[in-house]
Amino acid sequence: MGKALLVGIDGSDAGWRALEFAKGRARSLGASLVLVHVIPWSPYSFNTPEENEQRHQRRQQELEAARTQLLEPAQHEVGEGVEVVLVAKHGDRAELLNQLAREYDAEHIIVGRTGESRIRSRMFGSVPSTLTQIADVPVTVVP
Amino acid sequence: MLQPLLAQSIDERISSAMDPVSSAIESVVFYSIPVAGVNLPLIVLWLVAAGAFFTVYLGFLNLRGPKHALDLVRGQYSNPDDAGEVTHFQALATAVSGTVGLGNIAGVAVAIAIGGPGATVWMIIAGFLGMSSKMAECTLGVKFRRERPDGTVSGGPMYYLEQGIAEVTGRVRTGRTLAVLFSISCIGGAIGAGNMFQANQATAQIIAVTGGEDSPIADFRWVVGLIFAITVGAVIIGGIKSIARVTEKLVPIMAAIYLSAALLVIGSNLAEVPAAFGEIFRQAFALDSAYGGIIGALIVGFQRAAFSNEAGIGSAAIAHSAVRTEHPSTEGHVALLEPFIDTVIICTMTALIIVISGAYLDPVAGELGGVALTSAAFATVLPWFPNVLAVAVVAFAFSTMLTWSYYGMKSTGYLFDDSEVAETVFKVIFCIFVVVGASLSLGPVIGISDSMLFLMAIPNVLGLYILAPLVKKEIYAYRDKVESGEIAKVDH
Repeated sequence: MGKALLVGIDGSDAGWRALEFAKGRARSLGASLVLVHVIPWSPYSFNTPEENEQRHQRRQQELEAARTQLLEPAQHEVGEGVEVVLVAKHGDRAELLNQLAREYDAEHIIVGRTGESRIRSRMFGSVPSTLTQIADVPVTVVP
Repeated sequence: MLQPLLAQSIDERISSAMDPVSSAIESVVFYSIPVAGVNLPLIVLWLVAAGAFFTVYLGFLNLRGPKHALDLVRGQYSNPDDAGEVTHFQALATAVSGTVGLGNIAGVAVAIAIGGPGATVWMIIAGFLGMSSKMAECTLGVKFRRERPDGTVSGGPMYYLEQGIAEVTGRVRTGRTLAVLFSISCIGGAIGAGNMFQANQATAQIIAVTGGEDSPIADFRWVVGLIFAITVGAVIIGGIKSIARVTEKLVPIMAAIYLSAALLVIGSNLAEVPAAFGEIFRQAFALDSAYGGIIGALIVGFQRAAFSNEAGIGSAAIAHSAVRTEHPSTEGHVALLEPFIDTVIICTMTALIIVISGAYLDPVAGELGGVALTSAAFATVLPWFPNVLAVAVVAFAFSTMLTWSYYGMKSTGYLFDDSEVAETVFKVIFCIFVVVGASLSLGPVIGISDSMLFLMAIPNVLGLYILAPLVKKEIYAYRDKVESGEIAKVDH
């Protein structure tokens, strides 16, 4: 694989705009695209026993839904002519995007600006702002 | 509908109807032999012996294992491809929120009120011994769990008793009988300790902070119970997840507040801590004291510790079984931490506060019992604490009820072949007993709760003995692989 760009998709409008932007870049650079959907998940959450019992089943459903409802339509959106890799995974969004960028040797991470409220992003940080702090490669935030 | 005037007599009627039932069950389960002038219930001896046996048999892994357990909980051995599955931390957290609760707040107070400060030492020792039996049952829980075709995973003593014993000894009937006995007593334990005791103490605390005997709701305990029952029913029957989710968030926060407050109380009485420990140790080994001397303290301490951390009872194996792991022994190691957190850390802190404050010396301490005594002890330093404690008690009680309703439901499922009708019937009965538990006075509730809970230990521990060689082989084969580096830490 030559150059690769990693795009974070979460189903939001900003995510689709990020994909649109990345598509244009990939075409002009002759790069491939790694389309990633991170399912927010923490190994340190508190669950009820019932949730734990169903967790394995739910995980399969979540991955399946990510693939069929987000990643495959996104791949369709990109169209012919650009090599595409699809990745759905559970984890912390910013951390996992950066980690996958390393894994797939992507030289650029492109994400949409998420619509979190000012207070919320002040308190917890938003994915794009965390990503710009921790990423090992350049990050583009698409408004 | 019912007129307010009738309210008090409803509570009294429920109480007087349950009293003889409670005494009858208690006299069987807590059959005692007199030792040095004190009655020693055989069932307590049974649990302590199991803990001691597994401590020696497994080579003191309760002391050698926790380091590896912490590495597991921190995800150092977790396969990154398993992201999204149930982690060791989550399985432990679920099991701990089921056990940490009133046993740590009310149970400790009861132990000290009856057995004196010395009971604390025996509680801690029982905690350490309990780590070993917990390790054995949780290893088995994962090893013989059931993964259904739809992807759901559940396990527990009913499965390891049936399958494990059939595999090891070939005695299918023995295994099945023990599994059925376990399931029946687990349903009883769920309704008693996991429900009535919780509802009772939560209601008592709500009444205490709203004015005690003069509280406008003092005569309407059953109404408080009804509100609890409706909320529990909304979650377990109605499937309203948001309430469960709020509880999940609330419990760790409340535990943190409880521990911080405990440290604050201990900190502000730092000078008295050595004396308190001195008193605790002196009373623990006193041959003769107001509390029945060494034997009295030992029995009460062991009994409350068992009630609090449930080691040997088998319940936690149900909660631990859903973890994602290739090696059952990993969860066995992680389960070591449960009695440690529950009994050795949290119970000891509560005990210290009760002893430091001297609240147990109050002549009415015995009557106060339970949460009220702990509440009074905290209030000596933090006068506002009873209100916070009331919230904590309600949150703990609620989460324990949810967890135990699950244990009871799984046991019902085992008995009735996962029949949804049977499980729903159980859930409805469970909700009814929330009201009963809230209405009764503490005495009969403790009697029934203890009895049913400890009854579970009979088939479970029998099974653990039968399966002991298997447990040991499983755990040591795993530890050898960790030592040889075949199972190595994962880079994240």
